[in-house]
Amino acid sequence: MDLEDTKEEADYRASVRAFLDANAEPRSRSAAPARFYQVNEDRLKIAKAWQAKKAAAGFAGIRWPTEWGGQGLSAIHDVIYQQEEGKYAVPKGVFEIGLGMCIPTMMAFASKEQLERYTGPALRGEEIWCQLFSEPHGGSDLAGLRTRAVKDGDDWVINGQKIWTSGAHLSDYGILVTRTDPNVPKHKGLTMFFIDMHAPGVEVRPIHQMSGASHFNEVFFTDLRIPDAQRLGEVGDGWKVALTTLMNERLAVGDEPRPDIDDLFAFAQKFERNGKPAIKDPVVRDRIADWYAKSKGIEATRYRTFTRLSRGATPGPEASIGRVVNAMKQQEMARFALEMMGAGGMVSDPSVSQNGGEFQLSLLSSPGARIAGGTSEILRNIIAERVLGLPGDVRVDKDMAFKDVPSGRG
Amino acid sequence: MNFEFSDETQEIAGQGRRFLAGKDCLKTVRASLSGGEGSDAALWREMADLGWAGAAIPEEYGGHGIGYEALCAIAEELGRSLAPVPFAATNLAAEALLRTGSEEQKQAWLPKIAAGEATGTLALSEGNGPISEDAVTVRYADGKLTGTKWPVAHGATADFAVVVARDPDGRIVQVLAELGDGVTRTKLDSIDASRPQARLDFDGAPAALLQSNEDPWDATLSVIDRAAIITAFEEVGGAQACLDMAVDYAKTRYAFGRPIGSNQAIKHKLADVFVALELARSNAMMGALGLLSGEQDLSLAAATARVSSIQAFVTASSENIQTHGGIGFTWEADPQLFYRRANALALGLGSQDFWKDRLISALERRHAA
Ligand SMILES: Cc1cc2nc3c(=O)[nH]c(=O)nc-3n(C[C@H](O)[C@H](O)[C@H](O)COP(=O)(O)OP(=O)(O)OC[C@H]3O[C@@H](n4cnc5c(N)ncnc54)[C@H](O)[C@@H]3O)c2cc1C
Repeated sequence: MDLEDTKEEADYRASVRAFLDANAEPRSRSAAPARFYQVNEDRLKIAKAWQAKKAAAGFAGIRWPTEWGGQGLSAIHDVIYQQEEGKYAVPKGVFEIGLGMCIPTMMAFASKEQLERYTGPALRGEEIWCQLFSEPHGGSDLAGLRTRAVKDGDDWVINGQKIWTSGAHLSDYGILVTRTDPNVPKHKGLTMFFIDMHAPGVEVRPIHQMSGASHFNEVFFTDLRIPDAQRLGEVGDGWKVALTTLMNERLAVGDEPRPDIDDLFAFAQKFERNGKPAIKDPVVRDRIADWYAKSKGIEATRYRTFTRLSRGATPGPEASIGRVVNAMKQQEMARFALEMMGAGGMVSDPSVSQNGGEFQLSLLSSPGARIAGGTSEILRNIIAERVLGLPGDVRVDKDMAFKDVPSGRG
Repeated sequence: MNFEFSDETQEIAGQGRRFLAGKDCLKTVRASLSGGEGSDAALWREMADLGWAGAAIPEEYGGHGIGYEALCAIAEELGRSLAPVPFAATNLAAEALLRTGSEEQKQAWLPKIAAGEATGTLALSEGNGPISEDAVTVRYADGKLTGTKWPVAHGATADFAVVVARDPDGRIVQVLAELGDGVTRTKLDSIDASRPQARLDFDGAPAALLQSNEDPWDATLSVIDRAAIITAFEEVGGAQACLDMAVDYAKTRYAFGRPIGSNQAIKHKLADVFVALELARSNAMMGALGLLSGEQDLSLAAATARVSSIQAFVTASSENIQTHGGIGFTWEADPQLFYRRANALALGLGSQDFWKDRLISALERRHAA
């Protein structure tokens, strides 16, 4: 047993490091977490330039086939790149959905001409993609979506609304799942398309999140007309196509969201309560030890996953473990840090707040981690059903025409 | 990246699992609740023949030298089957001897341990309270021990004990005592009779100093660190058995016209057990990696493994009872046996508060360095 790279992996890691050393700044432990930044025009420019540089150096589309500008390498190479990139202060969060989910879906279902047109610009960061799945009526119950696509000659006309679409306000294209037949059970009446986000009939309205940032949006479609050529997969096969997208969810390899357990430990060492560092308090020790054990458990579980990847396996549903644990832990740790500060914990003003207000910000942004990309409840269902093999839920809507499915509050 | 047991180790684990499945360990464990022998001496000798007693004992001392990876895998199988054998206690004593015994002491005991002819134990606790240097009062003077130790795992049957005591100057010492003359042994009822506990009263019992160039208290804690990693595997094995049992029951038991496992209250509970178990398994493997690579200070890895494996087994065993409903609360059903073992293991080698404190202390040392 060891945690060493194979010779080939070590060589690859060295080449990644050489690239990063030459082109990026190491991330300092004290730097504010990059993900908290609201993306604006300037930051978008920086992000695009970085993506172009990665693509030129051969560190984008690592797992994509070479035919479409990728490197044709394995998941473990992708993991190695992400591990190393995580140590540098580089822009993140703009291209993941497009490169990790949308384009791979295109690769499975779009025509050769379309792929020639779209993969390159996406890879080089020239065009951004978003995932138009969730709706006011269908988040967890994605197949309950209502956005209608109606055939009109060689075109489709689309009306309806998507919501929570990350990065739609920055995006040039999106993959869109719609309902084409409400008279059959819900999973059977769906069809997938890709669309131009700048086309007439598409309106994007940013949503203000509880954390203060606006990363996601409402997207409205009013008589949006698209050619049948933009259909991905067969009519009525949209569910199957959507599952392809979801299976491509980015490998959970990233670091824990900051502030992480090390930030909390450092804070408890530095912060004084009753005239001594908080870490000397048995209660503080007890709680931090719990989170440390969880945090290391996730890290070591990831090593086990990498071992399987390194031997050629594909990641399974057990990848959900990290997300279930991290989402809750992040929220609990933020709350605990504020509790240590007492009344001062309310104050996020960086002029006086400990640690520049990062724990307050974490308190307000962490609830999203329990919802995004599948809620913790849905992830537990997946673990129970797909890993443990427990029976599925009773489904009242399974064999019913979609139009007859009860829809509660509206 | 090669963070998985080797094929060879998995082979050993597979053999162990098949062997133990044929032994009906749960029957012995259940019998121990009604006054039967808590420990199956014949089974232990068979295991010794398979090389398990001396897995981590070097060949020069009559061991099998198959190493720590195999020892961890075996521990997991013992945990899964609840095997009623003095594995953990004897292993702990052997570790202490390997670390601090003289050549003569090693030659005297280690071959016998490996052959299944002798078992040992560590006598550290003196009643209630956490593991602490201050709690040690048993005296060692002029080659003789005086005082009382309890609880001592397998203390009523072990052939020798490594005893943590104080010399006339009040300094901590580790001594080796053959459990015979001058020792009164009393079996104590406990929550897990298949890991029997005893009280040892030393009344001038002969004993020999264990020498080391390490501080004897630090040496004791180092041995406990190593044992904690092995115990973590027992706990992982036990937790896995509980989860398997609960999942199986949840699929086949019907209520309200459907399997109880189709209800989310059951599903999410068992998903959480799975998550806790996987984290514990991963942390235990990191501990194993530390053992294998011969790292000297294993306190952080051991504490991390220990905290998550206690939590995983305790949770798995209690949620297994819950998943079974009324039948799970009966004397005859198996879940209680795992619940007893989980809680005994959680207490026997330093409980969570001790290990959490040890974990944070290790982090503090690392940051100070
Ligand atoms: C930061 C963020 C970014 C996002 N980005 C995108 C994006 O880019 N594209 C996109 O399409 N979507 C995106 N989403 C949407 C996200 O996928 C959904 O919010 C999520 O799937 C939950 O759906 P919902 O909001 O409709 O809640 P609901 O499905 O209505 O859930 C409400 C509550 O009911 C629970 N619940 C629902 N069904 C079950 C069940 N069967 N069993 C147990 N509990 C259940 C949920 O767990 C939750 O607690 C994003 C969300 C967030 C927070």
